[in-house]
Amino acid sequence: MRRIFAEEIRQIATQDKKTIFLTGDLGFNALEELAQAMGERFINAGVAEQSMVSIAAGMAYQGLQVFCYSIAPFVTYRCLEQIRNDVCFHNLPVYIIGNGGGYGYGIMGSSHHAIEDIAILSGLPNIHCYVPSFKEDVGSCLKNIVAERKPAYLRLGLARSNNFPKASDGFFTKLTDCPKPEITVAVSGPVAYNLSEALQSSGLQEKVDVFNIMKIPYFELTREFLNSVGSTKKILVIEEHISIGGIGQQIAHDLLSENIKIDFFKTLYAKGYPDSEYGSQQFHLKQSGLDTDNIADILTQQCK
Amino acid sequence: MNSLNSKHLQKKLRLQLLGLYYNVNAGHIGCSLSCMDVLISIFFCQKTKEDTFLLSKGHAAAALYCCLNEIGEISDDELKTFYKDGTKLPAHPAPNAFKSIPFATGSLGHGFPLATGIAKAKKLNSENSFVYVLMSDGDTNEGTTWETAHFAAKHELNNLIVIIDKNKIQGFDRSLNVIGDTAKNEMWAALGFEVIEIDNGHYLQEINSALEALKKSDNNKPKLLIANTTKGKGVSYMENTVEWHYWPMNKDQYVQAIKEINEKYNA
Repeated sequence: MRRIFAEEIRQIATQDKKTIFLTGDLGFNALEELAQAMGERFINAGVAEQSMVSIAAGMAYQGLQVFCYSIAPFVTYRCLEQIRNDVCFHNLPVYIIGNGGGYGYGIMGSSHHAIEDIAILSGLPNIHCYVPSFKEDVGSCLKNIVAERKPAYLRLGLARSNNFPKASDGFFTKLTDCPKPEITVAVSGPVAYNLSEALQSSGLQEKVDVFNIMKIPYFELTREFLNSVGSTKKILVIEEHISIGGIGQQIAHDLLSENIKIDFFKTLYAKGYPDSEYGSQQFHLKQSGLDTDNIADILTQQCK
Repeated sequence: MNSLNSKHLQKKLRLQLLGLYYNVNAGHIGCSLSCMDVLISIFFCQKTKEDTFLLSKGHAAAALYCCLNEIGEISDDELKTFYKDGTKLPAHPAPNAFKSIPFATGSLGHGFPLATGIAKAKKLNSENSFVYVLMSDGDTNEGTTWETAHFAAKHELNNLIVIIDKNKIQGFDRSLNVIGDTAKNEMWAALGFEVIEIDNGHYLQEINSALEALKKSDNNKPKLLIANTTKGKGVSYMENTVEWHYWPMNKDQYVQAIKEINEKYNA
């Protein structure tokens, strides 16, 4: 997604000269053209994520909007207090951009993964986390971030095209159009591609309602989602993130708060490193049951 | 400000500070007294309305509050709420409460990079004004300080004026016994800062002369004033002690402190 992202930023920076881009020395072979286009407003702040975020907050206080870019774990965990105290408490337009969220960096190892990022950031004041699922979603996420001019975290991942019947039209949207759904699925992030493959391999396209959630915390469960759940009474949540603090927990909380009764609720989530073994992103997704086959199996069991 | 007025202010704000802390039985007195004179220099002699000031050593907020009360930004009634339930004046500055407090500090190592971001933005926006940031010895322990020092030098932020309130005592021990002197003149100079170190960070004329010299300098280096100070300055039993970083005063101690300040700063 980062090449698409770079082009989007170039357009934003062309339209708004008060845009600054800070990178923590990341972006080789991806951000060179952006650096050239932005000139003095593109700054390599060094491998120094904590000061980068505070410097960004100082710039934002002076009326600039600032993107802070690095690999997802580096630009979230390392500088959490800077994001909380300097950016979020003051509601400043500093946009944290984490490349390779989830298991995106695969065999690079656990230091390069970010599977707790949403849990850590989404509870902070004034901030929203954006998780585009497909490459077509990157632009809409960025447009919303810039329009809101508030703290934001954008988790970038693998860029695949949306192959569901419908495009994302907002940040909590239905991607399918089933007349008689048997299960409701909420998905967040590029793992949505595995879901689409599972639907095709199982032939269950006509039986599954799929909702794509890209802005966390979401405002509220949509009417369309509640109607679907009211009809199916079954929910499967799929997220490349630990179960604590992810969308599964938020949905469960909201359903219980609204006293909505359902018969089946399951979340597929990132389980960390269950056997202390490491591999590609797909390896880790499989270990967590987030692979196409497991998703297809669960859907098949529930759509008898 | 002439010497008569300055002495009057040094006394008045110290008495006010001691009263604030005594009324709520709170500590952070020593570290507030050590930077009071630097704050007076900045707020009453140096800072223009276009300039920005950040208190990185947020634990000295009461000293800042007294200065803002003196310039009329914090009312007398509001100041009386210090440290009490429902106040906008907690022990460390709150966010979004006062124009002259741009950021909520209190966790060390934040003010310097924030000020550096402001200084860089002023350059990008072609604004000709200064950014002051007041740090403690403890602030200079933080990793962000050293990240930021390199950034400020690299970006030639000569509109950035860092001041270290070097009282040489931290929260639990003397700086030399903690991780050593992280506010050393030579280290900062080697990083590319223009450094002035003064022996008496309580002598307003010396503070003002140093700050004016730094501001007049026509090189591209960020500026640093190392102000050697005394923790608890003005109250004999507090001076140069570790414990008065945190301790509150009992009635006898408060009476003695008031008496000493009245005598020492008698204009």
